[in-house]
This record gives sequence, structure tokens and C-alpha cells, in this order.
Amino acid sequence: MNPRLTRNELLRRGAAGGALLAFPSILAACGGGGGGGSSDGGEVKDVLNFANWPYYMDTKKPTTLQQFTQETGIKVNYYEEINDNADYFAKVQGPLSQGRGIDRDIFVFTDNSRFPGLLVTQGWVEKLDKDKIPNIANLVDVQASPPFDPNRDYSLPWQSGMTGIAWNPDVTGPVTSVQQLLEDPKLKGKVTMLQEMADSVGLVMLQNGDDPAKVTDETFNNAISTVQAAVDSGQIRRFTGNDYAQQLTNGDLAAAVAWSGDIVQLLPDNPKLKWVVPETGGMIWTDNMLIPKGGSAPTASTYMNFVYDPKIAAKLVAAIAYVTPVKGTKEELAKTDPDMANSPLIFPDDNTLSQVKQFDAVALDNEEYITLWQGVLGQ
Amino acid sequence: MGNFFHRHPALTPYLLLAPGLLWLAVFFLVPLCFLAYQSLQSGVFPNFDFTWEFSNFTDAFSDYRTQFGRSFLYAGIATTAALLLAYPLVYWIAFRSGPWRNFFLLLIVAPFFVSYLIRTLAWLNILADEGPVVGFLRAIHVLDSDGRLLATTFAVVAGITYNFLPFMALPIYVSLEQIDARLLDAAKDLYASPTQAFLRVTLPLSAPGIVAGTLLTFIPAAGDFINAELLGTPKQAMIGNVIQGKFLESLDYPTAAALSFVLMALILAALLVYAKVVGTEKLTG
Repeated sequence: MNPRLTRNELLRRGAAGGALLAFPSILAACGGGGGGGSSDGGEVKDVLNFANWPYYMDTKKPTTLQQFTQETGIKVNYYEEINDNADYFAKVQGPLSQGRGIDRDIFVFTDNSRFPGLLVTQGWVEKLDKDKIPNIANLVDVQASPPFDPNRDYSLPWQSGMTGIAWNPDVTGPVTSVQQLLEDPKLKGKVTMLQEMADSVGLVMLQNGDDPAKVTDETFNNAISTVQAAVDSGQIRRFTGNDYAQQLTNGDLAAAVAWSGDIVQLLPDNPKLKWVVPETGGMIWTDNMLIPKGGSAPTASTYMNFVYDPKIAAKLVAAIAYVTPVKGTKEELAKTDPDMANSPLIFPDDNTLSQVKQFDAVALDNEEYITLWQGVLGQ
Repeated sequence: MGNFFHRHPALTPYLLLAPGLLWLAVFFLVPLCFLAYQSLQSGVFPNFDFTWEFSNFTDAFSDYRTQFGRSFLYAGIATTAALLLAYPLVYWIAFRSGPWRNFFLLLIVAPFFVSYLIRTLAWLNILADEGPVVGFLRAIHVLDSDGRLLATTFAVVAGITYNFLPFMALPIYVSLEQIDARLLDAAKDLYASPTQAFLRVTLPLSAPGIVAGTLLTFIPAAGDFINAELLGTPKQAMIGNVIQGKFLESLDYPTAAALSFVLMALILAALLVYAKVVGTEKLTG
């Protein structure tokens, strides 16, 4: 059993429950007036409030955050308070929609959810202060122009990860295709998929020979019926957040649709776990730093510049094992940890990258698709 | 203060009620009004307009009839199971446990020292496919060799039963504990058998506790979503899961609000029927 995932999942559920309980009071709060935070031009403040996901920062002293404070004099309040894109969005949308700040200068949303796009189109995020980010030149080319923010005016990637299939060799032989995952009778009831639409539907579309980067009604419906059939037959046990990992480790699950970084982090505890990009291809996603309305753009930008230094990026990657968006990191890491620098899960080679796709940004926001997908989840 | 109450006896009940009423008004009634307001809106997040959109209610009910039905079914089974488990338990504690009484009561309350979520997550380990419970049930052929408990209706209902058991047990205990032992002696003197004494004296006198326990269990169980989410599959999704999904994933606040209202209305209707059947005097003892 892995405490990280238990806690992680727990917090996620807790936040969901809390948000639900708070629902009426959120509505009640909507009546309140404005005021509170407002954006304040060019001044760099002496404190940075940074909201991020758990286990997404190095902890060995001196940490990169301490180093940042030493170099810039800016103290960092680091909040590990994001456990789920939807939950966190529900929490912050109230104040943001009223033009109030949320007392954070950076928060992090995943681009395979609809939320980065929503934040930008609603004007709930501040523009980056690019004068303060010369290191933006180190941004890898594939990340230069995402659909939700084509000029990177509002966002910069934090880390990326891939969605593929993980299996437990104690329970099953290799599971390398989505078809096998969804149809092999030996895996019946011992398989999970992810609740995130882009992850699960994306993989199934690739299996169907369709392009998840260009979703049509037909390809989407095909994918939905494929998944629904596997739910009806009892093949799919459940749809999960990252709580699949604990059950995969203890053998309740044979195989699962899983995130690359999770598996890298689980390997020390269970070296046998396997993860692959499925034969028909996998999905890639990126967590993006954004500056919520009312946050200090110059302060946030100063920090972004700091983490786009390959030396710092290498230190981060060594600790958290996701895919970095910063050029030159591999070379830096090779100096201190050559094994890690050669891990294809952390620095995917061109071959791997050619097999992974990003989900259609327009489809992410399609109400009809979301309703259909929620239907598959039983909701 | 005492003087004031003496001079204005008619005001006393209102003054005593005031803090509670104020609390309810601010933290229940006002949010409820906002919920009602939101449930009649239409539009796409975040631009909702108030349009008297009554179709939210009809759609909420017709689209999610299955999940409503399931919620009430699961809550009903769990409430019955909790009653059958709790009654003998607290009966024993109230009448037979002697000096250990408080200790056993503490054990009933003990789960509350742990968060609801952790308690439910613990069931993931207890009922795990390779865990001891499933292993035992397989060994005695209650489950076949690849049978499982997790991700089944049984797991969800059992999880709900477990989580709400103390809400059933404590009210029943209180009403049993208040029974004057001399009444049972009197029954015996009048040639009642132990069974007759139980059915004619103990059970009726503990009825208020049963009614209170039933309500405290059934109402939250019908709206529960954690057990279905963690211990079930999409086929066990309850209405709480739908509301959660509508609110968090679909950002469809009006439908989420309408679903919440329909759930409240259905629970209220169920309560009225229940009160009619058992008689309102039982509710107040």
C-alpha cells in the first residue's frame, strides 16, 4: 500500500465533499460585493503565494524554493491544495467571477481539462510579465502554442505527463493494447480507466483508429460505445483518479489506464509494475502555471523565470519524475543522475513522443460530450 | 436575566429558540433560497440567467430516475440492516453489560474519531480481492474462486450501513436506557413471558429511538455518494454522485441545484409517509 496515493486520493475526495457541502454557501457568497485583491502593475512583491498539486515539488534541502528565496528575496508560501482540476476550479471560480483575488499568485491546471481555456476566455487570469521571463526561450517547441493560449500570454507549462496502460506482472502477463484491456476475459473486473474524459476517451479513440486531436461526433460516439460496452460487460471495474495505483500494487487490479509519473514514483515500492504507451498510441497532457486575477504578475513571472533555468528544472525533475518543458534539462540532469536522464518515461524519446497525442481542445469544452461521458460514469 | 424571564414568561420560549432559529435562517434558509434561485436558471457556465427554467426539475427527475431509485433502495436496505444490527447490540449494552456499559458505548462511537473518508477507504483494504474476508468467503464457497466483494452492490450497501450504524444505535440506546426496569418486573408479575414482555413493553417504549435512528440513518444515506464512488462501479452510482458530477465536472449548476431539490422533496415525501404509518406521537415519544 502506498501512502502517497492514499493521501492524495483522500484529499481529492475530501475536497469534493467539502465543495458539495459548501455549495449553498458558495451561492450565498455570490451576493457579496467586490473588493479584495486587485492587480497591481509592475511591482515585484516580497511574497509569492503558489498553489500546486501534492508531491509536485522537490523537498530535499536546500530546496529549489529556498534557493529562489535566497536569490530573489521573495518568500514563497507553497500550498499543496490542488488535487483535482474540477474540485479546485469549483473552489476558486466564485471569487474570480466577482473579480476578487484568491490570494494566490500562481495556480496550476491541466490542459486536458476545460479549465485553462475557461480561465483565459473568462479573463480570470493575469497576463505574464514576459520582460521578467527571459528564460522563456528555454520552453520546448512543442509547448510554444497550445490551443487555449496560442501565444503563451497567460500560461507556462509546469510539467507534462503521459497517459498509457500500467499492469501488475504478478496478476497478469503484459497488457499492451487498449483492446486487450477492454476485451481480454482474463482481465474481467480487474481493470480501471481514468475519470478524466480526455485520458480515457483519447486512448480508446486511438485504439479505434481515430484521431483524438480532432474529435468528431462520430469518433466520439464510437469511443463512448466502446467504453460503455466494457462497463456493461463488467470488464471495467471502476473509473478512478490516481487511486488506481494502490489497488494495482496490491493486486486487486491487473491493469489500469495510468499516468506515467505515478508509475515512476511507485517503482521504488513496487519495482515490478509496468507502464507502456499502448500499441495504438497514448495521450500526453501538461500542467500549466497560470496567474489568477488579482495575483501579482511580476512576482509570479520572476518565479517562472527561475524554474525555466535548466539547472533548476533538472533538480525538480530529479525529485518528481515528470516530463519537463525546459530545454537543456536532460543535459543538466545527466551530470548528476545519468540513470534518470536516460529514463524514457521522464525524457521520452522521439519514438515515444510520436506515439502520444494531445486531446482536442475544442472537444474538452463540448457540453454534449461531457454529458455523454458522465453518463458512462453512471452520472 | 432570571428576573426578566419571570416578568415576561410568554417571551421565554421565543428567546430560547432565537439562537437556533437565527442559525438555521442564516445557514440553512438563505442558502436554500439561493439553491432554489439557481435551480430555475438556464445558460452555460458562468453565464446563468434566471428564466424560471422549470424543465430543470422535470429533466432532473426523468433523466436520473434510475439513480434516484437506487439511492432510496440502498438507503432503505442499509437502514433496515443497521436497525437489525444495532437493536440487539444496544439492547445488550443497555440491559446486560453491567459496569462495562460506558466502555461499549465508547466502542460504538469510536468510528467517529476517524474521518468518514478514511473509514470508507479502510473498507477498500478490508474487502480487497486478496484480503482475508474475501479469502475466507472463497474458502467456504460463499464466493466462487474469482468472486469479489469490492465494486459490487453489496460493498456499497454494507459501507453505508457501517458508516451510519452509530446514528441508529445511539438513539435506540437512549430510549432503551430510560425504560424503568420495574415495568418489566410488573410484566413478569402479570405472567408475561420474556418474549411477550419484550414485544408489549420494551419494544413500544423504544419506538421513539427506532424512529429517530431510522431518520438519522435514512436521510444522509439517501444523499450519500462516497460509498458508491469508492466501493461501487458506475452501475451503483447514486444520486449524490450525479449531483457531484453535475456540479464539479459538467459545471451545470442549475441542474445540480434542481437535483438537490428533487432529492430533498422525495426524502420529505418519504418522511411524511413514514410518519403517517408509524404515527407522529412516536416521533416525539
